[in-house]
Amino acid sequence: MAGPLPIADPAPADGLLPASATTDAASRAFGVYLHVPFCRVRCGYCDFNTYTSGELRGARQEDFADQAAAEVRFARDVLEASGAPDRAASTVFFGGGTPTLLPAADLVRMLGAVRDAFGIAEGAEVTTEANPDSVDADDLRRLADGGFTRVSFGMQSAVPHVLAALDRTHDPARVPLVVGWAREAGLDVSLDLIYGTPGETLADWRTSLAAVIAERPDHVSAYALIVEDGTKLARQIRRGELATPDEDLEADMYELADDLLGRAGYEWYEVSNWATDAAHRSRHNLGYWRGDDWWGVGPGAHSHVGGVRWWNAKHPAAYAERLASGISPAVGRETLDHATRETERVLLATRIREGVEVSSLHAGGRHAVAGLIADGLVDARTALAGKLTLTRRGRLLADAVVRRLLETVIE
Amino acid sequence: MSPRAAHPPVPAATDPALIRNFCIIAHIDHGKSTLADRMLQITGVVADRDMRAQYLDRMDIERERGITIKSQAVRMPWELGGTGYALNMIDTPGHVDFSYEVSRSLAACEGAILLVDAAQGIEAQTLANLYLALENDLEIIPVLNKIDLPAAEPEKYARELADLIGGSPDDVLRVSGKTGMGVEDLLDRVVERIPAPKGNADAPARAMIFDSVYDSYRGVVTYVRMVDGQLNPRERIQMMSTKATHEILEIGVSSPEPTPTKGLGVGEVGYLITGVKDVRQSKVGDTVTTLAKSATEPLAGYTEPLPMVFSGLYPIDGSDYPELREALDKLKLSDAALVYEPETSVALGFGFRCGFLGLLHLEIVTERLRREFDLDIIATAPSVVYEVTTEDKKSVTVTNPSEFPTGGKIAEVREPIVKAAILAPKDYVGTIMELCQSRRGTLLGMEYLGEDRVEIRYNMPLGEIVFDFFDNLKSKTAGYASLDYEPAGDQAADLVKVDILLQGEQVDAFSAIVHRDKAYAYGVLMTGRLRELIPRQQFEVPIQAAIGARIIARESIRAIRKDVLAKCYGGDITRKRKLLEKQKEGKKRMKMVGRVEVPQEAFIAALSGETEKKDAKK
Repeated sequence: MAGPLPIADPAPADGLLPASATTDAASRAFGVYLHVPFCRVRCGYCDFNTYTSGELRGARQEDFADQAAAEVRFARDVLEASGAPDRAASTVFFGGGTPTLLPAADLVRMLGAVRDAFGIAEGAEVTTEANPDSVDADDLRRLADGGFTRVSFGMQSAVPHVLAALDRTHDPARVPLVVGWAREAGLDVSLDLIYGTPGETLADWRTSLAAVIAERPDHVSAYALIVEDGTKLARQIRRGELATPDEDLEADMYELADDLLGRAGYEWYEVSNWATDAAHRSRHNLGYWRGDDWWGVGPGAHSHVGGVRWWNAKHPAAYAERLASGISPAVGRETLDHATRETERVLLATRIREGVEVSSLHAGGRHAVAGLIADGLVDARTALAGKLTLTRRGRLLADAVVRRLLETVIE
Repeated sequence: MSPRAAHPPVPAATDPALIRNFCIIAHIDHGKSTLADRMLQITGVVADRDMRAQYLDRMDIERERGITIKSQAVRMPWELGGTGYALNMIDTPGHVDFSYEVSRSLAACEGAILLVDAAQGIEAQTLANLYLALENDLEIIPVLNKIDLPAAEPEKYARELADLIGGSPDDVLRVSGKTGMGVEDLLDRVVERIPAPKGNADAPARAMIFDSVYDSYRGVVTYVRMVDGQLNPRERIQMMSTKATHEILEIGVSSPEPTPTKGLGVGEVGYLITGVKDVRQSKVGDTVTTLAKSATEPLAGYTEPLPMVFSGLYPIDGSDYPELREALDKLKLSDAALVYEPETSVALGFGFRCGFLGLLHLEIVTERLRREFDLDIIATAPSVVYEVTTEDKKSVTVTNPSEFPTGGKIAEVREPIVKAAILAPKDYVGTIMELCQSRRGTLLGMEYLGEDRVEIRYNMPLGEIVFDFFDNLKSKTAGYASLDYEPAGDQAADLVKVDILLQGEQVDAFSAIVHRDKAYAYGVLMTGRLRELIPRQQFEVPIQAAIGARIIARESIRAIRKDVLAKCYGGDITRKRKLLEKQKEGKKRMKMVGRVEVPQEAFIAALSGETEKKDAKK
């Protein structure tokens, strides 16, 4: 999402957490996110915290693994000093950026730092994002050998003109290769798609979906393109060089995706995510939506522990400097009050198939349920059984559903 | 003191034979204020160093628009043939909305300078005021101004003026208010040609109020023209229309700053201060007499100001409603013609139904509210006063479309009509006639003024004029046409109320009373505008225009299908929550019409015609 970060409290230099954040930590899963802020080129649509080699201002890619490892150790110390119980990481997720721009050995070394600091739980999900053209069979084998269990490829589209509009550099023909290598290495595979790219037709989108389904990944993410302010894409649209994505077409594309993926045996479990079965849902991402705890390592990474959210310095150089001086890399933090936590809980849980317990809602939210059923936004049968699950129409209008559920909570 | 008047007459002791009361009749931009400034300077009442451009127009808005809203009177000394005279220049408002005030200013004078731009010729407004002046038997001194301009055509326009008022083109004086050229001759001409005022010094005092101005420090300043008798400081006076009595706290003349005097005698022009705080207690046109020796007959010509145009004024931020009320209460003190009462609208919340003398008056009031009171306001489409007779013989006065009787029980609707005079170069006659016909005008006549300009006279419904007639007239004639109109009674017309419905719910601010033949066009226009402006909802929203139960136009806003944010991972959560909170905040500014959420801005844009494409995202 675009826009400046909200005004928040300054983060304390020692990173220590209030007691409220750790008292019932044992009841929540714990994950680690590692943000690798490097890309070979910046894609036109991307507003993520990532840097090409020209933008690094003296920060060095080869130093990154050690810096991240230092933050992992800092995390362990802070959690311990704040009174959190020992929890092994049940999920680890390397995102970016392009994590696989780093040598596989670096990624494995960072994972080792997590293992050393917290332990990796039995059966943990360990994922890295990868570009189809940034890994080969050897890399994937080394990752699997080093403890990775899952790879999520940024495929985006199977149609060349769509990939070009997105500034993606890979050859679509490479996708079957990398998926095959990942399979051989024993990794679970997720493919990420983007729809609603300027110039993309419904037929283009059907082609991409068919290509994905043909690869039989365990998991598929499909995101409507978000035109973020300040990106090259936003400028191109403003100048009239590219068309504004059409929301109705995007709705058609979403419905097509849900149809085709559903027919191919995938089931939605979050607004933009489908999996072959419950075991292949992204447990790390589910942690975000369920309000679990995670520590985000790396420049600009966000963390959440028991209602305290904080975020690190964005630039790799500033980030490295803070860590080197022994102070928390966090630059902003907010401690949520009860009402705000409730807002976040409903806002996040509404997005997932597990849904929101009707009984957990504020009176105003419960009052909204009948209207949501009448408008075809939540499933009537599950609602009667006490749980709110979005219908397909409801998934497309999930933000409106959340507003209606929260109307009286926020006021 | 003027170098040309060594022995000026003293107020309160001036022989009426030495007084000249005159005004200047001119169109906006023809240089009246500049000429007045030059007179102040040449007669010496304003030192050169104190001269600021357009000294007499005090309000900022007046200065910016170059128009005079409130008149004032200035006493200037002038010497001719060794005799000192007192010249009272009475500044008149120049706009049709204030024609009653104009008529009272004219009634205070014996003569008028007819001032015409030598590059443009006479305009409709000026003609109208000229007729008024002739009706009041004023001596007219024709003057061409701006003769220093390269584009000036003094020969041509001197002939035009001579044709109009009789006499020879050589009698038309040529001046430049800017350079001062010819202004001394003009002052001499005023003394020579304009008759001295007549009155009975021994009769009970009678003074006509020709202006009444609110001053936040001194209360109401009442400008009067003495007709009979004398008024003195500390005297108790009575307003003859209301019988209200006040004490004169101060009496004096403006030259041009207020200067207290020992009183005012026959023919003199000056001001009174009584300590009243509301201009309604000192009404333009009323007669002032003394309590001790009251006159029995008031001076002729007094009428109550009658609002002709109504509009709802609403604060854009609903919480400004108390401030708007206070501001109107304050404006009322200085604007006797402004009337208002509270009104509620589904679309716009709480506001006031206000009555105005005309469109310019409306514009001035809204502008003053914005400028002097820092209020953001929206005005609904102006409406006129309709008299509706129902089949059961009841009569309803409708100043707001919402008062229009519903159902099929209407026997007759009468609408106000005006006589409109349009002056334009002859090339535009066809265009203008077409426009007037399309606005239900009836041609009364057409006359050539000089070689190439035509005055076209129409009877037209006032309701058609207040809609957007003037803007249309200007744009169709490249700005050349000028318009004047005066009330001309009423007529029965086939008028209907068109309602605009959002998902079946009426949106009051958009209801309009229009001629049956125009109903469809209005319906198409408004439904089209709203379709562009109202954001998509979770359901389809029909927008209809209806006369009673009959739908005459229909649009619809398709339901929104997607508003979910595709990605919501760890780093997105805080921003996503803030966005949600912002949307909640935004929702408070939404107006609900049934189930439809409409941003206030959409209503405002639809009313003002600024149809920008709505933002598809909420």
